[in-house]
Amino acid sequence: MSRQSMRSNDPKKVSGELFTLTYGSLVAQLLKDYENVDDVNRQLERMGYNIGMRLIEDFLARANPGRCYDLRDTADKIQQAFKLYLGVSPSIGSWSPGGDEFSVVLETNPLAEFVELPDHCLSLRYSNILAGVIRGACEMVQLEIMAWFIADQLRGDNVTEIRVKFVKRLEDAIPAGED
Amino acid sequence: MSSGKQRPSILDKSLSRGKSEVSLTAYALLFSEMVQYSHNRVTSVNELHNKLSELGQSVGVRMVELLFVRDRNYKRETKLLNILLFVKGTLWKSLFGKEADKLDRATDDERIYYLIEKEPLVNRFISVPRDKSSINCAAFIAGIIEAVLNSTGFPAKVTALWHKGTTFMIKFDDAVLTRDKQLEGR
Repeated sequence: MSRQSMRSNDPKKVSGELFTLTYGSLVAQLLKDYENVDDVNRQLERMGYNIGMRLIEDFLARANPGRCYDLRDTADKIQQAFKLYLGVSPSIGSWSPGGDEFSVVLETNPLAEFVELPDHCLSLRYSNILAGVIRGACEMVQLEIMAWFIADQLRGDNVTEIRVKFVKRLEDAIPAGED
Repeated sequence: MSSGKQRPSILDKSLSRGKSEVSLTAYALLFSEMVQYSHNRVTSVNELHNKLSELGQSVGVRMVELLFVRDRNYKRETKLLNILLFVKGTLWKSLFGKEADKLDRATDDERIYYLIEKEPLVNRFISVPRDKSSINCAAFIAGIIEAVLNSTGFPAKVTALWHKGTTFMIKFDDAVLTRDKQLEGR
């Protein structure tokens, strides 16, 4: 008798393990293709950016979050999105005095289950796709931000921490010949 | 900052229970990025299938370890039919939350089996361009199945075909059939 895990058969959900392993096989493939860890980090960020651009549509449609008036709103929404899509609740903290930077802190990282970084890949930012997702999604709501990892459990830190910095508000460009 | 620290080994952690879930949207978008990435690096449909299958294989190998340790009390299967039922049942359930639709045996060749899945998860959001109708992203799942069979000692070749939805054609090596017959004799 196998002890089948009883998952709630929600058609809008997939097994976390399938997700983790699929992502892992992608990272492994990138490492094979590029050989240089920095290029892999960049490629992951770029893929995340593409995902973020499409994910924001889904988020706006599904969660109906309303407008963000300041960065604190934005941080709350990012927290909400993590809950919705990855089923984890990161905490938001470490605000800079100017209020233009904050950290997203993950106790558990759904991407990094079953993962161990080999010694020659210590500079690999394994979950860099998340930084890209945040950047891509914010850009679609006219926020230019930078997102990068400052701590990663895979590298022996206690938590996984993504730092988000507000750069500027993007203005709608006026189409040529309409001014 | 962290490089000097002793990293905890993955073996120190307890094995997850497999109850975690993520949103289908997240998975669909990740998979579509992977398909696009692979697509940009190949020149033919066949190559694309191989690429996706390779990606799937690294998932399959790990699923074998995970499931046999967690759900099967470390006991592997030795009989051909049982391993196929394992793929159709246990594996499918833990990956996709349901059993595969149907398992069939080819009538003209005893080495060939068909596993039928009407609507594989990975194809739900992929629209295949008309002029390339032979592309099937379920090649990724075919890779998972192939790796599971290979790493449990049943070398086989698995291909995804469009037929009654998606059909995975599993073709075993002769040696597997021979061995299975010997086991029958006992």
